[in-house]
Amino acid sequence: MARIAGAIELAALREKLSGARPAKRKVVAVCAGTGCKAFGSFNLLGAFKAEMAKHKMNGKVELRATGCHGFCERGPLVLLFPEGLLYTKVKAKDVGEIVAKTVVSGEVIERLLYQDPVTGRSYEKQDEIPFYARQRRLVLANNGRLDPESINDYIALGGYAALTKALRMGARRVVEEVKRSNLRGRGGAGFPAGAKWEICRSQEAEDRVIICNADEGDPGAFMDRSVIEGNPHSVLEGMLIGAFAIGASRGYVYIRQEYPLAVERLEHAVHAAREKGLLGEDILGTGFSFDVTISRGGGAFICGEETALIASIEGRRGVPRRRPPYPAVSGLWGRPTVINNVETWANVPWIINQGADWYRAIGTDGSTGTKIFSLVGKVNNTGLVEVPMGISLREIVFDIGGGIPAGKAFKAVQTGGPSGGCLPEEKLDIRVDFDSLSREGAMMGSGGMIVMDSSTCMVDVARYFVNFLKSESCGNCTSCRDGLSRMHQLLTDICEGRASRATLSVVEELAETIQATSLCALGTTAANPVRSTLKYFREEYEAHISDRRCPAGVCKALITYRIDERLCDGCTLCLARCPEDAITGEKKHLHVISTDKCIKCGICFDVCNRDAVLVE
Amino acid sequence: MAVRSEQAQAPSQREEAMAIRLDIDDVEVAAEPGESVLKVARRNGFDIPALCYHEAVPSIGACRVCLVEVRKGAETLLSTSCNLPAEEGMQVVTDSPEIRRHRAMNLELMLSRAPGAPGLRKLAAEYGVVRPRFAPVAEGGIRNCILCELCVRVCDMLGHHALAAVGHGDEKTISPPFGKPAESCVGCGSCLSVCPTRCVAMRDTATTRTIWGKTFDFRLCSECGAPLITEAHREFAIAEKGLPEDYYDVCQACKQSVASKTFASVVW
Repeated sequence: MARIAGAIELAALREKLSGARPAKRKVVAVCAGTGCKAFGSFNLLGAFKAEMAKHKMNGKVELRATGCHGFCERGPLVLLFPEGLLYTKVKAKDVGEIVAKTVVSGEVIERLLYQDPVTGRSYEKQDEIPFYARQRRLVLANNGRLDPESINDYIALGGYAALTKALRMGARRVVEEVKRSNLRGRGGAGFPAGAKWEICRSQEAEDRVIICNADEGDPGAFMDRSVIEGNPHSVLEGMLIGAFAIGASRGYVYIRQEYPLAVERLEHAVHAAREKGLLGEDILGTGFSFDVTISRGGGAFICGEETALIASIEGRRGVPRRRPPYPAVSGLWGRPTVINNVETWANVPWIINQGADWYRAIGTDGSTGTKIFSLVGKVNNTGLVEVPMGISLREIVFDIGGGIPAGKAFKAVQTGGPSGGCLPEEKLDIRVDFDSLSREGAMMGSGGMIVMDSSTCMVDVARYFVNFLKSESCGNCTSCRDGLSRMHQLLTDICEGRASRATLSVVEELAETIQATSLCALGTTAANPVRSTLKYFREEYEAHISDRRCPAGVCKALITYRIDERLCDGCTLCLARCPEDAITGEKKHLHVISTDKCIKCGICFDVCNRDAVLVE
Repeated sequence: MAVRSEQAQAPSQREEAMAIRLDIDDVEVAAEPGESVLKVARRNGFDIPALCYHEAVPSIGACRVCLVEVRKGAETLLSTSCNLPAEEGMQVVTDSPEIRRHRAMNLELMLSRAPGAPGLRKLAAEYGVVRPRFAPVAEGGIRNCILCELCVRVCDMLGHHALAAVGHGDEKTISPPFGKPAESCVGCGSCLSVCPTRCVAMRDTATTRTIWGKTFDFRLCSECGAPLITEAHREFAIAEKGLPEDYYDVCQACKQSVASKTFASVVW
């Protein structure tokens, strides 16, 4: 792989590469993102290769392993170009038929198409499926269109053009453009990226540093992971532009050890970019030098906090420190440091390529551009969605997400990761942007979105998140470390029926102190799950305390299982599956649960075909 | 109550020369750049309670008791004062219902972790906390330790690095590195001397000291036989500070009598 000497040579290479990818070319794109990989998509790749060889398609049809397409619920996904046909839940045994029918003769296989669970309608093209049609994909636009291990794919699709443009614009204008775009940090706090860059650039220093925060740790969140796994060069290009703008020669990607595929693809990308001379000394013959080091995290959630992250790279214990000084003034080893998260960096090439005005036209005035959410929980279409800022929660949950499965009712949506807040039905029409969400007691966070249905106990949810945070607190501040630990104890008391009215007021007092007196953002937001559920679902707390009742039927200490004599037909299914032999009865006769023996595992409830098992 | 004590007087000459002027409870005080608000406040006789603060070591803001309010225009910021650098024109308030409420809660949290610490109990009582409403902390770790890390910081400062904070969240504790007796520990006992809850287990006999899982022999006074310093600490101090070999041969009390005897023999 030859080093690219300058902008002209890069443009010529792009010309050549995209010429080799005519729009009509047949491509079988198999999703090799984490979700589809877990569903066995790597086996599909092997099967396609063998099958295509059988049909002597070598050279005529391209087989491409791509990054995450986002529609994880329906994986493994196979996308067929040029038609844009999407097959879902593809198995190895379907591959022969796909190649023989669809690839060879363009015949569509009905059963592999996506069928809307609500309307029953089938969709052939990916773009027509409501899940995709309502999204606005920038950062994820090329996931699915390129092989993340091919720098040529990235270049062919316009990659590194923004870098050339930035190098031509000059550092000052790049900073101006990013400032004008009003790009806000996608890691959680929403601080304007351009302002951060400018502060860093204006510091007197011999050297400055760029850091990409890829320590995505929120439970259920996989936005950054999928961006790196699907399009690692877009992140590197963003970092290169940032480095040029602020005058940094070194960059770090701090990435979770738990993301082996992302680490591998990133290493691959860094290596390929170095070989092409897009990282290293004298990039594109401009005299600008920049290189990237990959630094792996050890699994501590707190290391996603910027000052703890910096401490961790420096080899110290991952504990946040007081700001100011902010990293932009004094960061890694005391050098002025710009630290942005993966998604923020991946937005930068778009801003430079298309201009700040174009970018600002997407989203709202206060929050421009798009945001990726990992939509999970009790929703039909779980997966990664990228939407323009300002879209309503209702559109995300019901139009893109396809609503709640099994005909259950929507209860709440939790945004912003473990220290986000839970918003109820009546808040579904608020606009999703940094400021609206904070105003309602939730937050944008890095983009986790967990949907909950009527079978979710909100006290239990608060307890779950507090449990996560109490273990992931660095342990420095009394208010956070002991506050969360005691909070967990109090919530457990409520869930297990040991609480009194006084417990609730202690919970409220404690929540205030945790929020008001902790040092870093983990502590100051850690009370959000408790405060937001108390604000919107207070009656559930009160039912647990006053009536010793869990309205959602979740808290084991407060529920009993009973078999409805009118509905039970004596099928013995529950009896056979009960791990504690707590159910007695005979075939065709009423079954009875012994409350003494019952451990409330809920298996009988789950297996009963007649809904005869009641939770009370 | 944070009332300025009697010893606060007119600014000294040294204070006159200081670069920064700020207000604490409406009294103008002076500070050097980089000084913390807590340090400046205490120097001027304001009483701000703190458990994890020591002037000799860097502040980490662990106990969250030294809270103050900083007024900036219409905004009020609640902040710990130990790690808050004094700034020109700052308006600091050391006592308010809000401050007391949060100090009380953090003291209550610490008291449920360290019910057997007399100093903490007394301070908590001043804030109306007698019996914590929380169940005592059941987790392992050191009894009565409030995890302020003063021991770790002082040990680092002295150049031993024999202690560390380990684990995180509610599993955080203080331990020699890797949970094994530290090679670099010299048994100086500074960790205990700065501990606000006196929870570091140290056992002295007439000839030995046991601390952090390690037992040290004492250097005994050649005159009276009283334990002077651990042998390991003596070696460290002589090597590091360039002290004479015989520096720790005689205890302080005996040094005087030895000196007077020597003096007498010379004069008479």
